[in-house]
Amino acid sequence: MKIKETAVVLWQEKLAEGIYSLTLETSIVDYAIPGQFISIFSNDGSKLLPRPISICEINKEYGTLRVVYRVAGAGTEEFSKLKSGDKIEVMGPLGNGFPLEGKNAIVVGGGIGVPPMLELAKQLKGNVTAVMGYRNDDLFLAEEFQKVVNHLYIATDDGSVGVHGTVVDAMREKDLVADVIYACGPKPMLRAVADFALENQIKCYVSMEERMACGVGACLGCVCQSKEVDDHSHVNNKRVCKDGPVFLSTEVVL
Amino acid sequence: MKTSVTIAGVEFQNPIMEASGTFGSGMEYSEFVDLNKLGAVVTKGVANVPWPGNPTPRICEVSSGMLNAIGLQNPGVEVFCERDLKFLEQFKKAKVVVNVCGHSAEEYIEVVERLANEPRVDMLEINISCPNVKEGGIAFGQDPKAVEAITRQVKAHAKQPIVMKLSPNVTDIKVMAKAAEAGGADAISLINTLTGMKIDVERQNFVLANKTGGMSGPAVHPIAVRMVYECANAVSVPIIGMGGITTWQDAIEMMLAGATAVSVGTANFFNPTATLDILSGIEDYMVRKNIEDINSIVGIVK
Ligand SMILES: Cc1cc2nc3c(=O)[nH]c(=O)nc-3n(C[C@H](O)[C@H](O)[C@H](O)COP(=O)(O)OP(=O)(O)OC[C@H]3O[C@@H](n4cnc5c(N)ncnc54)[C@H](O)[C@@H]3O)c2cc1C
Ligand SMILES: Cc1cc2nc3c(=O)[nH]c(=O)nc-3n(C[C@H](O)[C@H](O)[C@H](O)COP(=O)(O)O)c2cc1C
Ligand code: FES
Repeated sequence: MKIKETAVVLWQEKLAEGIYSLTLETSIVDYAIPGQFISIFSNDGSKLLPRPISICEINKEYGTLRVVYRVAGAGTEEFSKLKSGDKIEVMGPLGNGFPLEGKNAIVVGGGIGVPPMLELAKQLKGNVTAVMGYRNDDLFLAEEFQKVVNHLYIATDDGSVGVHGTVVDAMREKDLVADVIYACGPKPMLRAVADFALENQIKCYVSMEERMACGVGACLGCVCQSKEVDDHSHVNNKRVCKDGPVFLSTEVVL
Repeated sequence: MKTSVTIAGVEFQNPIMEASGTFGSGMEYSEFVDLNKLGAVVTKGVANVPWPGNPTPRICEVSSGMLNAIGLQNPGVEVFCERDLKFLEQFKKAKVVVNVCGHSAEEYIEVVERLANEPRVDMLEINISCPNVKEGGIAFGQDPKAVEAITRQVKAHAKQPIVMKLSPNVTDIKVMAKAAEAGGADAISLINTLTGMKIDVERQNFVLANKTGGMSGPAVHPIAVRMVYECANAVSVPIIGMGGITTWQDAIEMMLAGATAVSVGTANFFNPTATLDILSGIEDYMVRKNIEDINSIVGIVK
């Protein structure tokens, strides 16, 4: 079930330069699963469209959802100023989410693709290896991953921590094996992870991004290209907001 | 209190519809809105065959509005009839207006003929104004001779009443409204989106893959009101007014300017219950102003 309501900010903290963690009290939590996202709306009436942000943590007991986001423009800039007790319009949970599979899973996050993997890592039943890619030693959320996964590997662009290079460099260097990979991050990273998965014959789920308007599958604004003719659209397009954001790496053009 | 309105012999239980392309065929938003409470469901434009639409990004935000360049992606009329019309069977109280698109008169006619014997289709809205397809589309909507000709051709093949959807991207919309009326349109609807452009100054490139997109949302509302007013004073066929309608006040304004019914588009994106919120606002207004029949306010501001 999808809900559009006013959420209350429980707290917000800065995790790293330009990276914020926002915890919201919202009944969306009752229906949320890892890999889904919420639409957050600006309180400034001239900004109409939702900002889609992935769910980072689901706490049903406290009725809270946590999102972690990067300040990328005016909307996220506004969100970064929110304080405890402030109100904000949200809609969700949106999208399909990650299916929980596998005895040995690798969760891969690159940059602002790191946050959605946290709740997934917590909910996966089997052995979980996390591979996280960062620009530098601003390792937001790494400590929290450490607590919930069996192994954590880090790759940094500048080589300041862990493997000097990309998440895929780390995966190759550590010779990681698994029966399923979950990945979220920039397109080039997803492409490289998908190639790695294909070479090693591992099933791979990727979480995609596209500009959105409705967030529910009605406007066809947010499509990505699918390899086969999609059974909703009847063309080679899938809706990221409704059919995704999580797709098998083999079903979409990366 | 009477909220029903009649357009070309079709009675709508109230004047609130959603605007084509912003609501799919209602499936997705039926989680938020009881479709049976709407005057009509207006479907996304449908063509004779599936259309893939434009490359992404297709969406861009602008101040108090948005640009879209979906490019009329649709699954084609066959799938539409089997799936979307079947879905709409459950919502008998809402009328169904099917928005039709094409690249040529033949394509429009093919769709209209396919829909002719579908009992769930109450009305056809002929989109001659989409700015996001290269051939056809807007070309029809910008030349009065073409508007009249396409209207006449479609009308000759249509079983349901036809509403010609006009483009605002013209010098004088009255001329287009008159052309549609002359061609035999049962009603007209306006406005479709206004062609706009957004450039990303950091990337020094267009935001939309299509370069241009159709602008909609609250920012276009005053333009839409003006155009509805002009058309209402130029033609005698009924008008379905749209463009930026976000609140009940916007809807009433459009009716005062001359619209018999109104469509809500972009507002659905940030308020999924916008249609029903507007409807209840209109009902409150009618009570407060002692309005017995909503039709009595249509076009009274001269
Ligand atoms: C499914 C999904 C999940 C996401 N999860 C996260 C997350 O967990 N953390 C995070 O930091 N970011 C996430 N993003 C990206 C985030 O939505 C954008 O960074 C944000 O919308 C930027 O808004 P803005 O107003 O600050 O930027 P502006 O550039 O001012 O935004 C202008 C418009 O473009 C849209 N836009 C800009 N960048 C993006 C983008 N990358 N993706 C989609 N729309 C965009 C905005 O929503 C807005 O409508 C996610 C995107 C998607 C599609
Ligand atoms: C995403 C989007 C898709 C649209 N698709 C169609 C379409 O398929 N056919 C059509 O006639 N108009 C289409 N329109 C135009 C709307 O029906 C409406 O005329 C316009 O958006 C103005 O109303 P609004 O400001 O309330 O959105 C579309 C508009 C948007 C925003
Ligand atoms: S944002 Fe409208 S279909 Fe995805």
